[in-house]
Amino acid sequence: RGKAFSSSTCPKVCVVGGGPAGFYTAQHLIKARQDVQVDVYERLPVPFGLVRFGVAPDHPEVKNVINTFTQTAKHSRCSFYGNVNVGKDVSVGELLQAYHAVILSYGAEGNRSMGVPGEHLAGVYSAKDFVGWYNGLPSCRELNPDLSCDTAMVLGQGNVALDVARILLSPLDFLKKTDITQPALEALAASRVRRVWIVGRRGPMQVACTIKELREMATLPGTRPEMTPADFEGVRDALKDLPRPRKRLTELMMKTALEPPGEKERERWSGASRVWGFRFFRSPVEVLADSGGKKVAAVRLAVNKLEGSGEAAQAVCTGETEDVPCGLVISSIGYKSLPIDAAVPFDPRRAIVPNSMGRVQQVLGLYCSGWVKTGPTGVIATTMNNSFDTARSLMEDLDSGKLDVSAEKPGSLRIAALLEEKGVNPVVFSDWEKIDRLEVSRGEVCGKPREKLLSVEEMLAVARS
Amino acid sequence: LTTVQPLRSENKVTVHFINRDGEKISVKASPGDSLLDVVINEDLDFDGFGACEGTLACSTCHLIFDEEVYKKLGPVTDEEMDMLDLAYGLTDTSRLGCQICLTKSLDGVVARVPESVADIRQTKDGSS
Ligand SMILES: Cc1cc2nc3c(=O)[nH]c(=O)nc-3n(C[C@H](O)[C@H](O)[C@H](O)COP(=O)(O)OP(=O)(O)OC[C@H]3O[C@@H](n4cnc5c(N)ncnc54)[C@H](O)[C@@H]3O)c2cc1C
Ligand code: FES
Repeated sequence: RGKAFSSSTCPKVCVVGGGPAGFYTAQHLIKARQDVQVDVYERLPVPFGLVRFGVAPDHPEVKNVINTFTQTAKHSRCSFYGNVNVGKDVSVGELLQAYHAVILSYGAEGNRSMGVPGEHLAGVYSAKDFVGWYNGLPSCRELNPDLSCDTAMVLGQGNVALDVARILLSPLDFLKKTDITQPALEALAASRVRRVWIVGRRGPMQVACTIKELREMATLPGTRPEMTPADFEGVRDALKDLPRPRKRLTELMMKTALEPPGEKERERWSGASRVWGFRFFRSPVEVLADSGGKKVAAVRLAVNKLEGSGEAAQAVCTGETEDVPCGLVISSIGYKSLPIDAAVPFDPRRAIVPNSMGRVQQVLGLYCSGWVKTGPTGVIATTMNNSFDTARSLMEDLDSGKLDVSAEKPGSLRIAALLEEKGVNPVVFSDWEKIDRLEVSRGEVCGKPREKLLSVEEMLAVARS
Repeated sequence: LTTVQPLRSENKVTVHFINRDGEKISVKASPGDSLLDVVINEDLDFDGFGACEGTLACSTCHLIFDEEVYKKLGPVTDEEMDMLDLAYGLTDTSRLGCQICLTKSLDGVVARVPESVADIRQTKDGSS
């Protein structure tokens, strides 16, 4: 495999999006064939997508994947072009003309909204924005969430919801040593939030978080759990039939909710100034304003019951509602992909680019990987596997001749010219490394792994320095 | 130097990996190294293996063992189990390679790299 005759052209491929999907797809292609050239186009001046702007600051281990991405970016047959907004600065059609194949790996940057009255009141935020704010995403810089209330409600029970709850409740001494932004750190230092409800429409056996995140919550210093034992009725009996991961997750949940604390927990709980808890079988129906009518004061929750069991169980309203006071609401009901370009097929219902094994139907030479391919589910390892799968599909098409690479393509030469006409200046990987070095040295001063630059202008200024 | 060299290799243990294509790859490794260290030191090309670099944050170093070998590998921590629960093709004799340290008694161990299959998990990150 990968033997190129000197007379044949080398396949030129480009990837749209410099997150995990983009880099894992590029990595696999470069390894699989000795002649493939891969260019990665990224909208922001900085690479790595949600590894930089999503993964919680207190999960530095997860960010080790950056080292492998960096190796890929520095490979002689890979180039990174940041600060290029595909769909605006350059169209997918133009990329398809300039390259033999285009892989869409632009993630899921939209937000699922609750669709309930009052969700635009002050004090209501999407988890996407809240996470972007504490992680230094330029577009969320001005969020300045109001943390002056006592009780916060997170809607959703996935890992992102738990990240948000943990960041709200973590001891400051923990956060201080992470790459959380300085403004977020200061806001959290002044935060008065003491109680976080994590609300889900279904029951303990349907939570979407993984056990690692639950264990972190259960052992978070300075906090104690507060759950409703009645929510766990019948759960113990169902345990034995569950597959191991769901079983262990449910067992930990029950232990946290129901069992008398062990010695260590008792000590932590008695000294705890902050409380968190899951609230099950509840769906938001309205965000209620305070007397001024502008700011959230409570959330009206519909009380649900489950129909069916296991993963497929459906939440059904009982008709009852309950008003839960809270001054901060963070909705964490999911990310979603957005259409990038009129020329690209898009399934608005599933909010993905429709594909079969990563091949975009109807458009020869167009592929997708990562969250835009699968929807916003799973961890980085999931994204890695589905990206490798897409790369394999592309390789098959090269080998079978379905993807014709006999004609020479101009690749980045053509795109560079187009961008220049538009006055767009790409940030190459060595430019990013300048930003990286500066951020790391700014971090050193305050004992953090890095202090991120918070605006695109600052990033560009450093890149051009 | 002349005495150190043979002594060292005597101390080595043999590890057999079976890669995703079913191929057997046998290497020598030092006791004390983790199986992830071995994969890295020997430059074994298991795509995506060890993404978090041994910090118990990814599950990409998933390996499968025979029953008898599994029993010899020692206890599994809750934290390793937590990550294992996210691994593709989890079995009762699965372990994370970065958490297994080689000892002389593991000489000749066979570790199978599971196939990475297209994702079929139902859990949704960030939604309830
Ligand atoms: C809050 C949060 C926390 C998470 N924490 C963890 C964790 O602890 N561990 C774990 O394993 N996984 C975690 N994940 C999951 C992980 O982040 C995803 O699996 C992974 O990032 C998806 O990769 P992707 O490349 O598809 O998308 P992304 O990471 O979103 O990357 C997409 C990239 O495309 C770029 N882009 C978008 N539009 C354009 C355009 N028009 N032109 C050019 N470029 C564009 C974006 O700027 C971005 O860089 C977390 C996810 C979230 C949301
Ligand atoms: S390398 Fe990530 S868990 Fe072992």
